[in-house]
Amino acid sequence: MSDNKSLQSSRREFLGKSAVAGAALAAAGSGLVLTRMAEARAPDQPVSNKVRWGLLVDAARCVDGCTDCVTACHEENGIEQSGHAETDPQWMRKVELKDERTGYQLSLPMMCQHCETAPCADVCPTGASFIRADGIALVDRHICIGCRYCMMACPYKARSFEHETVTKQKPHAPRGKGTVEACTMCVHRVDSERLPACVEACAAAGHNAIMFGDLKDPNSEIARKMASEPSRAMRADLKLNPGVRYQGV
Amino acid sequence: MAKMKNLYYRNIEGTSPGYWGLLGALALMIVAGLGAAYYMEHHGHIVTGMSNQVVWGLPHVFAIFLIVAASGALNVASIGTVFGKQPYQPVGRFSALLAMALLIGGLIVLVLDLGRPDRLIVAMTKYNFKSIFAWNIFLYTGFLAIVGFYLWAMMDRMVGKYYKPAGVVAFVWRLILTTGTGSIFGFLVAREAYDAAILAPLFIIMSFAFGLAIFLLLIMGIYGATDRELSDSVLRRWKNLLGVFVAAVLLLVVIYHLYKLYITRTHGIESFILLNGGVYTSLFWIGQILIGALLPLFIIFTKLGHSRFWIAIASVAVIVGGIAQLYVIIIGGQVYPLPLFPGMAASSSFSDGVVAHYAPSLPEFLLGMGGVAIALLAVLFVVKVLDILPESLGDAVLNPPAAS
Ligand code: SF4
Repeated sequence: MSDNKSLQSSRREFLGKSAVAGAALAAAGSGLVLTRMAEARAPDQPVSNKVRWGLLVDAARCVDGCTDCVTACHEENGIEQSGHAETDPQWMRKVELKDERTGYQLSLPMMCQHCETAPCADVCPTGASFIRADGIALVDRHICIGCRYCMMACPYKARSFEHETVTKQKPHAPRGKGTVEACTMCVHRVDSERLPACVEACAAAGHNAIMFGDLKDPNSEIARKMASEPSRAMRADLKLNPGVRYQGV
Repeated sequence: MAKMKNLYYRNIEGTSPGYWGLLGALALMIVAGLGAAYYMEHHGHIVTGMSNQVVWGLPHVFAIFLIVAASGALNVASIGTVFGKQPYQPVGRFSALLAMALLIGGLIVLVLDLGRPDRLIVAMTKYNFKSIFAWNIFLYTGFLAIVGFYLWAMMDRMVGKYYKPAGVVAFVWRLILTTGTGSIFGFLVAREAYDAAILAPLFIIMSFAFGLAIFLLLIMGIYGATDRELSDSVLRRWKNLLGVFVAAVLLLVVIYHLYKLYITRTHGIESFILLNGGVYTSLFWIGQILIGALLPLFIIFTKLGHSRFWIAIASVAVIVGGIAQLYVIIIGGQVYPLPLFPGMAASSSFSDGVVAHYAPSLPEFLLGMGGVAIALLAVLFVVKVLDILPESLGDAVLNPPAAS
């Protein structure tokens, strides 16, 4: 913890709050202990690049047919399905995979992979697509012109274009017809020391297939797990260094 | 500019019922296009064929066609100015005008298809300099300014001394512009269809062919309708040039596909486009190759090429083939699933692993045609009010018998 001491002393005393977060998790039946939630940003503080938020998905734990994470994500962010399958936004989706040679099947959640060198942010003409200092990929809905170039560029098909008038949007997740949107890693929750909705829902269902944490802190549970067990980035050949990684694929 | 005997520019009269009828028809098309844009804006893109899988649809095919053709249309002026070829100089004004009009038509379609066209001002004031799209905004506006000045230098003796440098700058600028347009796709590394460096030169050659085809059609149309003289020998040179461009496009397309076939990783998209992609395969073989390349080549390099009617058919074929080619590149490249999980068969609620569906809707088509109409109306109107076109493009003007 030595390299974190200065950080913690200089920035905040959130240890109490992390205990709350831990309690909430325990209540949810989770085995996760999110010590690093203490690094979350208070509203009056600038986003720090000393942390990099990330997710670790364990496909072996992800249950075929379960869509609790997707439901929680869409509920949390006010995503409504209007019955137009091809145009309805999907911030998160379950993908069923089958090894073409062995027949081995698995299923996993796909969402914005929060790349470090994100193609969406590179191609966006106005800078509406950007990567926050703490690694979260976002769209500034006020300057998105709806050109969809970011959707063309995204290797993960993680983005949706709002094809219709948005109803029932949530104050923490502003959305609008004619702009592009995607998983925000529940940035509003992260900023108030809460877990992303998908992580929470997966834990509540007892699957614990998605882990959230600070990839830059070698002592965080997510970083320790990634250091000791194999995990991979999707489309690693593109060298985008995504903040979302997968195990068991 | 080298002096030419008997070369006088004069505006067309533009008083015939035919002229006004044509203008009226184009105006109607523009109104329909704007109406379609408003309809799409009001209801959202739900009323188009586009989806979260196919995010760029028919409007982009039209817009990119017009933008690519715009830079090619300037070719004629460039050959005259930069390479000093005489028979090209008299039509330099028209070539520059056509280039500007096509670009404006294309840009309007592009902007009106945005999710938030009302935020155009954002696009003009906030730049992400890493984005090729942002650079293209400069390239396009710069093109209009430079070609506008070039046209002025051709028309006004006062600034005539800048004719040559303006022509050179415009020539270089348009090459960069088309490279920029082609690079829009080159940056999409995750999509297999676009992951090829050859796309930029391919777009440049495509621009030569499309631009010249439109140029030829309009010149023949206007000179025919106004009973002005148009030299057969020069027309023959131009159509031969068109043939060379079409052959070059075909060659690059062959290289592109051989390259993709050489890379095992891209065999999927190749067999999709070339063999089993349904409408995309048909558009490739029938639209792009047969109509867009083989038919015009046959017309141009056989006896048929001596007839103006057949030259016009060849030009139309190049345009139709060009639209088909862009459709295959833009839409075909999107409907084919992204290779997210190599070696795995994927399925999801979000079209993973399956070929996406796209059928263009009427509003998209009307918007695209509206852009074409804007370009044509601008050209036909400006040649009526300004001295753009030579009174005669006869042999006496273009190929004076003795030394000029
Ligand atoms: S759609 Fe919006 S966020 Fe995406 S590239 Fe265009 S302006 Fe940027």
